[in-house]
Amino acid sequence: MKVLDLIVKESCAVSATSVRMVLTAHDTLPDMQPGQFVELRIDDTPGVLLRRPISIHDYDKESNTLALLVQRVGKGTAWLCSRQAGDVVNAVLPLGNGFTLPSEGAPCSPLLIGGGVGVAPLLFLGRELCRRGIVPTFLLGARTSKELLCKDLFESVGTVYVTTEVGDEGVKGFVTHHPVLSEGDFNAVYVCGPKPMMQAVVTMARAGEVWCEVSLENRMACGIGACLCCVEDTLSGNVCVCKEGPVFNIDRLKWT
Amino acid sequence: MDLSVKIGTLQLRNPVLTASGTFGYGTEYADFVDFSRLGGIVVKGTTLHPREGNPYPRMAETPSGMLNAVGLQNKGARYFIDHIYPAICHLPTKIIVNVSGSSIDDYVAVARMLDELEHIPAIELNISCPNVKQGGMAFGVTPYGASSVVRAVRNAYSKTLIVKLSPNVTDIVSIARAVEEEGADGVSLINTLLGMAIDAERRRPILSTVTGGLSGPAVKPVALRMVWQVAQAVSIPVIGMGGICSATDAVEFLLAGATAVEIGTANFVDPSVSEKVADGIADYMARHNMEHVSDITML
Repeated sequence: MKVLDLIVKESCAVSATSVRMVLTAHDTLPDMQPGQFVELRIDDTPGVLLRRPISIHDYDKESNTLALLVQRVGKGTAWLCSRQAGDVVNAVLPLGNGFTLPSEGAPCSPLLIGGGVGVAPLLFLGRELCRRGIVPTFLLGARTSKELLCKDLFESVGTVYVTTEVGDEGVKGFVTHHPVLSEGDFNAVYVCGPKPMMQAVVTMARAGEVWCEVSLENRMACGIGACLCCVEDTLSGNVCVCKEGPVFNIDRLKWT
Repeated sequence: MDLSVKIGTLQLRNPVLTASGTFGYGTEYADFVDFSRLGGIVVKGTTLHPREGNPYPRMAETPSGMLNAVGLQNKGARYFIDHIYPAICHLPTKIIVNVSGSSIDDYVAVARMLDELEHIPAIELNISCPNVKQGGMAFGVTPYGASSVVRAVRNAYSKTLIVKLSPNVTDIVSIARAVEEEGADGVSLINTLLGMAIDAERRRPILSTVTGGLSGPAVKPVALRMVWQVAQAVSIPVIGMGGICSATDAVEFLLAGATAVEIGTANFVDPSVSEKVADGIADYMARHNMEHVSDITML
């Protein structure tokens, strides 16, 4: 883990409330795994104290860059979304444990399910799967087509299916309504999104006895397992999402 | 230049400690802090028996601060001694254990166990915990309750005994005097201020416990006032804390009469802040031509 000043290389709106930022640093960025996150300091915003945890959307070792998807929900994320090329954002990174990747050569047919801004870490995960010769299938959910984030980027990495709640793109409804869930022959499911969505997917994965990992986003402060604020009540008791997660195998969760 | 301070028999190389509950057991911060540059680390609150703590959500960010309701989650004193102590006892700084309990017997039992540990030179007694046998009222809210627990622990513990005071009282000076009377070697203050946050859209409290402890820069003026009042009223050392984010903040507490300071919530914003505060105090002393850190105190 490092504390680094990141420099914004580019920042562009990807929906009315979300921004995709590409950042670099003077130093070499530490190695990062899909599913890990960064904690960004919020400057120049009176009253806002704590860092904001943001999952790593993309990482490229060669160009020494990482990408983040930030959704504007409050004053802290509003400050992040207003950063322009050349601005500096202080980060602690990389934090937490990433998704479990299949060992090289192992037969794997993964489905990566994301909802809303929760699609963010799945791009980096998809790239890492590709590097291992596995073509990922994405199932992305959003409220409307306009809130569907970075679809073209996902299409450059794997096969993409879409659901929208209003039905203006893809299958109408929630991700759990998409026929690919029952028609596809997947042996691994990775999920990140709103908790009710993840719970619905977990229920289906359990019913189908499919290996499944979810990325949680409990409200956190320190990001390194010191304050014990972001706990999830698991089968082994309260554990810090920031340090033991944010990715959990569903076998550890009490979710029913 | 001499930054060392003494509390009871506890010698600190400088007056900067990290506050309990914000710094884990120190090792969480190994990538960010050179421990040899800290006065000490006050580790997570330890109880006799393991505690799961309160249900999630346990944290709410508030203007210039945060509320927490962690509820003393820890694996108990036995686990600490067997599994955590061996990993931290040789860190190059002083390790102080924060002790909590729900009865006087619990406090005494933990204090006795810790008294045996060679590399734990001090404990910090958290008397803000509810006394289960007295209907759940916190020990630290009356001089009588505070005296009772400190007297019992003093008889069981031979090393430096620091008592951490609750600000949620009518007269913190009377509590400080009561614990001094019972043989405390120092007092630390303030613990968190009782507060509450409500989610207007969902129309319910944010914390699972409804109320929680407020910390961060928002509480600093209250903490400074209480440290100043207590420092004038007692002759034992006072450790000041509450919203310290910079060396200037720390110096203000020293000016108000504190002998040392603890850094808490600021560790979440800048994980290496404690080391920077220690360096900044030295810079301040150099700028003001001070030989010893106690020269800062204006009282």
